[in-house]
Amino acid sequence: MQTVLAGILAATIGSPPEGGGDGVAHGATAMLLVPALTLLGVVLTGLCAAFRVKNKLPAWISVGLLAASFVIVLKTYLEQSTGVRIAHGFEWITFSLGQHNGGPIPFVANFSLYVDSLTLLWMLFVTGLGALIALYASEYMSHDVGAGYCRFFAAFNLFVFSMSCLVMADNLLLLFLGWEGVGLCSYLLIGYFYKKPAAVAAAKKAFIMNRIGDLGLVLGMMGTFVAFGTIQMVPLFDMISRGVDGAGQPIGGTWVEWVLPMLFTVGAFGKSAQLFFYVWLPDAMEGPTPVSALIHAATMVTAGVFLIARMMPLYTLDESHFILSAVAWSGAITAFWAATIGMAHFDIKRIMGYSTVSQLGFMFAGLGVMTSTGAAFHVFTHAFFKATLFLACGAVMHGFAGQLDLRKLSGLRKMPGWRIVALAMLVGALNLAGFPLLAGYWSKDIILAEAFVMNGPVGWILLLTAGLTAYYTFRAYFRVFEGPVEYHAGDDHHGADDHAHDRHGHDGHDGHDAHDAHAKAEHGHEGHGGHGGHGGEFHPHAPGWAINLVLTVLSVGCFAIIPLTFMGDHGGWVGTMVHHSTAHIEHAGDPALAPHGTFLGMDPHKVMYYVSGIVGFVGIAVAWWLHLAGRTSAATSRADALAAKLGPIVRGARGRWYVDEIYDFLICRPLWVLAHVFHQVDQWIVDGLVNLTGGLPRFVGATVRPSQSGELHGYAVGMAGGVAVLLIVVLLAVT
Amino acid sequence: MMTLAQSGFPEVMSQVTLAHYLFVSGAMFTIGLVGFLTRRNLIIMFLCTELMFQAAGIALVAFGRFHLDFTGQTFVIFVLTVAAAEAAMALALVVLLFRRRESLDAEAWREMRG
Repeated sequence: MQTVLAGILAATIGSPPEGGGDGVAHGATAMLLVPALTLLGVVLTGLCAAFRVKNKLPAWISVGLLAASFVIVLKTYLEQSTGVRIAHGFEWITFSLGQHNGGPIPFVANFSLYVDSLTLLWMLFVTGLGALIALYASEYMSHDVGAGYCRFFAAFNLFVFSMSCLVMADNLLLLFLGWEGVGLCSYLLIGYFYKKPAAVAAAKKAFIMNRIGDLGLVLGMMGTFVAFGTIQMVPLFDMISRGVDGAGQPIGGTWVEWVLPMLFTVGAFGKSAQLFFYVWLPDAMEGPTPVSALIHAATMVTAGVFLIARMMPLYTLDESHFILSAVAWSGAITAFWAATIGMAHFDIKRIMGYSTVSQLGFMFAGLGVMTSTGAAFHVFTHAFFKATLFLACGAVMHGFAGQLDLRKLSGLRKMPGWRIVALAMLVGALNLAGFPLLAGYWSKDIILAEAFVMNGPVGWILLLTAGLTAYYTFRAYFRVFEGPVEYHAGDDHHGADDHAHDRHGHDGHDGHDAHDAHAKAEHGHEGHGGHGGHGGEFHPHAPGWAINLVLTVLSVGCFAIIPLTFMGDHGGWVGTMVHHSTAHIEHAGDPALAPHGTFLGMDPHKVMYYVSGIVGFVGIAVAWWLHLAGRTSAATSRADALAAKLGPIVRGARGRWYVDEIYDFLICRPLWVLAHVFHQVDQWIVDGLVNLTGGLPRFVGATVRPSQSGELHGYAVGMAGGVAVLLIVVLLAVT
Repeated sequence: MMTLAQSGFPEVMSQVTLAHYLFVSGAMFTIGLVGFLTRRNLIIMFLCTELMFQAAGIALVAFGRFHLDFTGQTFVIFVLTVAAAEAAMALALVVLLFRRRESLDAEAWREMRG
């Protein structure tokens, strides 16, 4: 902490940091304040916990510091610098290693920030959404004010700190530090309700699944050092762009072109829940909803996309783009797979979880078909609309005592106090479904068009998935927010501890009035409609100002980012940001290099606008027909008959295609058996030897112990006998 | 050597040799030992130890006389002194033990094994 501040101080005063003179501008030192402020947030919320603060102070500290971070990032962005700037913090690790080409290889990993437009793009939404979601959480977590509240916000700040290290790292080691840091915070926050076994299991699952991917990243980092002799971004990208390594040898070969990108891809897949690794992300929904919105939808899970975008020069070294097409296929398959599961589930938060996996698949497919602009733009729009969706789901969960089953909620839009939530949900759903002219539509469109240009089959899978996405999104929306008013309370309050219920109605925050007003309306409904769940005992409490404000800001944000699509010369504002960064692909879309595919004989760039719009409409219409039209209760809909006909397919999707069971059978079970074998070996052989060593003296003792009988005569006989034996021995020896 | 050791004894005892003394000593010791091993009364057992003690003393004096060396006799004087003190202690202990258990049986103190 002090070192960071000292580093900032030194940097702002103007002492030039070492390692200059390579043509890279130093500057943007203000960005060092972002990790410093968030770390300060960790310390302050930790102090709140130490002093047993029993109010919302930790939330206001976090919101303030994150908003300040956002302002700093925005200010740095407005400086309009297109090049790379290095903000030198302090020297972290420097040593010389071995002998290579006649000299020791210096290993340098400083706490320095690599600030370019890609970094700024990511930091803008990480800090911006971080501040908004912290504000939302101030109300959402209010049932847990006290130690839990401090713990939540400490981990929250630590997450933003780690994320800023990850995104702004000027070397792979610092990136890895952030990478592990966000993994740790993810673990801590998924397992926030540590008394709930499902949450603890989900936290462990996420952490362990991520370790597999992290192994790929570590190996990739080591491989990079072996191949290039450095892990710093600036010299690394310099070498790649010049095509020669530090010793002047041309770079290339299987190792650099295939193995390194593959290892980084494994790391990215682990963090972003792709292909074989996706199973942890839906389970991560056990965490508090603000965490799902920030970490498991908007920011952390896009770290994999960021890693590949950042390392894009390495990926494009290979002329055949083998790894990139593998990434495209993986992304498309994951997108489709997760969407099918999302279509069958009833838990709206889980649906959003699978939707996140699916949308991440879109981003990876975008990277794979070499439109890093499309991928980054989709990350950006997805961050907004998926955060909105999650926070709206969270508001429902907050108000209905943890109820998330879409068969038990209906028509919330018509209930007093829920209008903003319903509208926010609608905005998010329209974006996710790719409703024409909205932000989500434009970003998805770029990926789809490029997919058809580069890789036809991937394009078709993604187009089909876009239709499924529209269907499952609006299935959830129509079931929960439209139709007849009906609700059944959940059986817990965010799955939190028991006392939450008692404090539920009495915490005197702004939701109180709405809640009273609602009770009357609710009784009215019972009078004529007969719906209304447990109206007598349970009063849903509508969200207060913090939740409504954040939902409003995010919904407006979803619209406000639409104009960004048309800014600049490189495919929108995000395109411009990507264009000036390492994620830019020099020859992307160059017909000389890439096969220019078509969509049924037409140019995908021209027709995809209409096609994806039509697909979105069809998905929404199907959802309307199956789940809203003519629906009279929450639990039943026209889809039930269809589900009965489809039988095994629906059951399979509802059972998550039994992937968890297969993993359990193939990996967990054998490991469990092996563990038990080792346990037996330990118990009988290792412990057996130790016990034998201990058992021998015990056996001797047990044999001899009866002689200590306490009978005086016994001892006397012993003494006399001993003397007699001694005498005999002496006599025999003498004679 | 034998004759030298016998000189100076009264006539009646001229036939008494070292072997006789040692025989008496051994007999006394054996009686004491057997008494100690067979009787349970603490006082009797104590007396038996005294008997063995004196047997050893007789042997010492006899050897001292046999070697015309006064060390043995001197040593016995010391031993007697210590034995007197020890007898006082031992009898006092027996009295205390008796008060605790209303019995002189050594078996009554079995639990003091260690």
